[in-house]
Amino acid sequence: MIVLEGVTKVYRMGSVEVHALRGINLQIAAGEFVAIMGSSGSGKTTLMNLIGCLDQPSSGRYLLDGIDVAELNDNQLAAIRNLKIGFVFQSFNLIPRSSALHNVEMPLIYAGSGDGRRERSLDALQAVGLADRARHQPTELSGGQQQRVAIARALVTDPAVLLADEPTGNLDSESSLEIMKLFAELHQQGRTIVLITHEPDIARFASRVVRVKDGLVQSDTLQAAYAQ
Amino acid sequence: MNIVEALRLAVNGLVANRLRSALTMLGILIGVGAVILLVAVGNGASAAVQAQIQALGSNLLIVFPSSARTGGVQGGFGSQQTLTFQDVQALNNQSAAPDVVAAIPISNSRGQVVFANQNWNTSVNGTTQAFPQVRNYTVGQGAFFTAEDVTAGRKVAVIGPTVAQNLFVNGEDPLGQSIKINRQLFRVIGVFDSKGAAAFGGNQDDLITVPITAAWAYLSGGRNKNVASIYVEAGSNTTAAKNEVTQVLLDQHKISDPAQADFSVNSQQDIAATASQATGILTILLGAIAAISLVVGGIGIMNIMLVTVTERTREIGIRKAIGARRRDILLQFLIESMFLSGLGGLLGILVGAGGAALLPKLVSALPTPVVSVPSVLLAFGVSVGIGLFFGIYPANRAAALNPIEALRYE
Repeated sequence: MIVLEGVTKVYRMGSVEVHALRGINLQIAAGEFVAIMGSSGSGKTTLMNLIGCLDQPSSGRYLLDGIDVAELNDNQLAAIRNLKIGFVFQSFNLIPRSSALHNVEMPLIYAGSGDGRRERSLDALQAVGLADRARHQPTELSGGQQQRVAIARALVTDPAVLLADEPTGNLDSESSLEIMKLFAELHQQGRTIVLITHEPDIARFASRVVRVKDGLVQSDTLQAAYAQ
Repeated sequence: MNIVEALRLAVNGLVANRLRSALTMLGILIGVGAVILLVAVGNGASAAVQAQIQALGSNLLIVFPSSARTGGVQGGFGSQQTLTFQDVQALNNQSAAPDVVAAIPISNSRGQVVFANQNWNTSVNGTTQAFPQVRNYTVGQGAFFTAEDVTAGRKVAVIGPTVAQNLFVNGEDPLGQSIKINRQLFRVIGVFDSKGAAAFGGNQDDLITVPITAAWAYLSGGRNKNVASIYVEAGSNTTAAKNEVTQVLLDQHKISDPAQADFSVNSQQDIAATASQATGILTILLGAIAAISLVVGGIGIMNIMLVTVTERTREIGIRKAIGARRRDILLQFLIESMFLSGLGGLLGILVGAGGAALLPKLVSALPTPVVSVPSVLLAFGVSVGIGLFFGIYPANRAAALNPIEALRYE
């Protein structure tokens, strides 16, 4: 599903070169629930941007679903993000002043699929248990609810991988637990999930933990996924 | 993403910032409204002048004396009286000028008119019996003087309604009354119907006509038999009539080279062309001033769109992360700015047209403004174009944002 081979990423900040990734080798199979852990500055955000096709590696290969991402142009990357990847952000990142339903519909609008858009969006909201909040604006929803709308938006295009960047970072512990249970549920349904976090409590929901340090994979361990 | 979706997104974006959108739209509204209103005023003035020129009489040619050459010296305009009563008679000769319906001389001067204790200063025109026909006047009360009156030089007068109102203040019947023109007694035999204001100011109802022979004998002291101008009513072929008039007068004045002519023949079209040129410049000037406010409105749109793009950087980042392409973002912001300017333009058309309808009621001296369809279409097209032009830069900036940085933007 996801294959990273000797991936490096070098930023240039003024005259200084920052080696954010120094050669990452990583394979994630379909259906896995992987937590990528690391302290700030470890390169995990850069890794997440690369996996999410928001950025391209400086060297090395990244195959997503068999597609070499390095060779794609801007529009093709946008299409990949649209169809293959579902983003869940720390700060929810819903479009303000748009209803939950409209937010969930957004990826389908950009995909250009008009047929059954409403039904698919309502189904996605149903899957996260928010069908009755479809008409609500983000400001009318709690943090946990907003994050669930974001998850519905990520799911609606039926992506190859769900990419969550500190999804519980802005939530209280109760809502965090709720969201993590939702991820665990999605995992059981066969979704591939990549979770970026620095909290061990959150990482224990995953079936595999990859620790990143100084732009390299430090450890890669399988674990029993947290059962409810 | 199709246009309908883009439009929906744009409307959502604008509704979210109602006050700001309305104020931005106001800039374009005022610009378009001003263009339409001012061009309508210009067109109205133009139409009024054209209408007055038409009212001079259909197929009218006016012959004026022009610079005469005496012994190699070129005199200025009107330096000599070059037109004569014989010229008029020659023009009325059907075999020489078949396309001329009638020609009349005008010998005009200002005159002091007195009836009882009422005084009035007006234009006194010596002319012939064909005057009402050539100048499109109708005699309401009484009758115009006849050819016989002209031949005999009778002291009779036909007066305009303005003169009648000012002399016969007590409601006397003007017909048959004796009035003094420059201390000479004339008998009123007719009163013209009202014709209204003349082109370039002046009142076509404020005049007196008398037989030209009587004018020569009694009003100019019998010293000269001048003909200030000749009015010619042409048949359907004005151009042919104009050529004939020129030829007849050249023969009369024994001039072989038309360039040396001591008179000029002006058709109504010539006068109308000159007038429309003048009013056309006025319209362009007014339109140009209004167009400046349209450009200012456009800059206002660009300003607001730049602010909007900065404000919504994060939103743009989100949209890109979930699959919006460059052109999706570009389209969204372009449609937003075009929608702003287009709607502002539509409202501006309403305001401009409404203002044009209201203006004559507020300023009665102004000719009725004429809202022209091309100016409306142009103003609307230009306003949408302004949205496009001034929207391109902000929209491009939005589309070019790096999604990672945009997502990080606070």
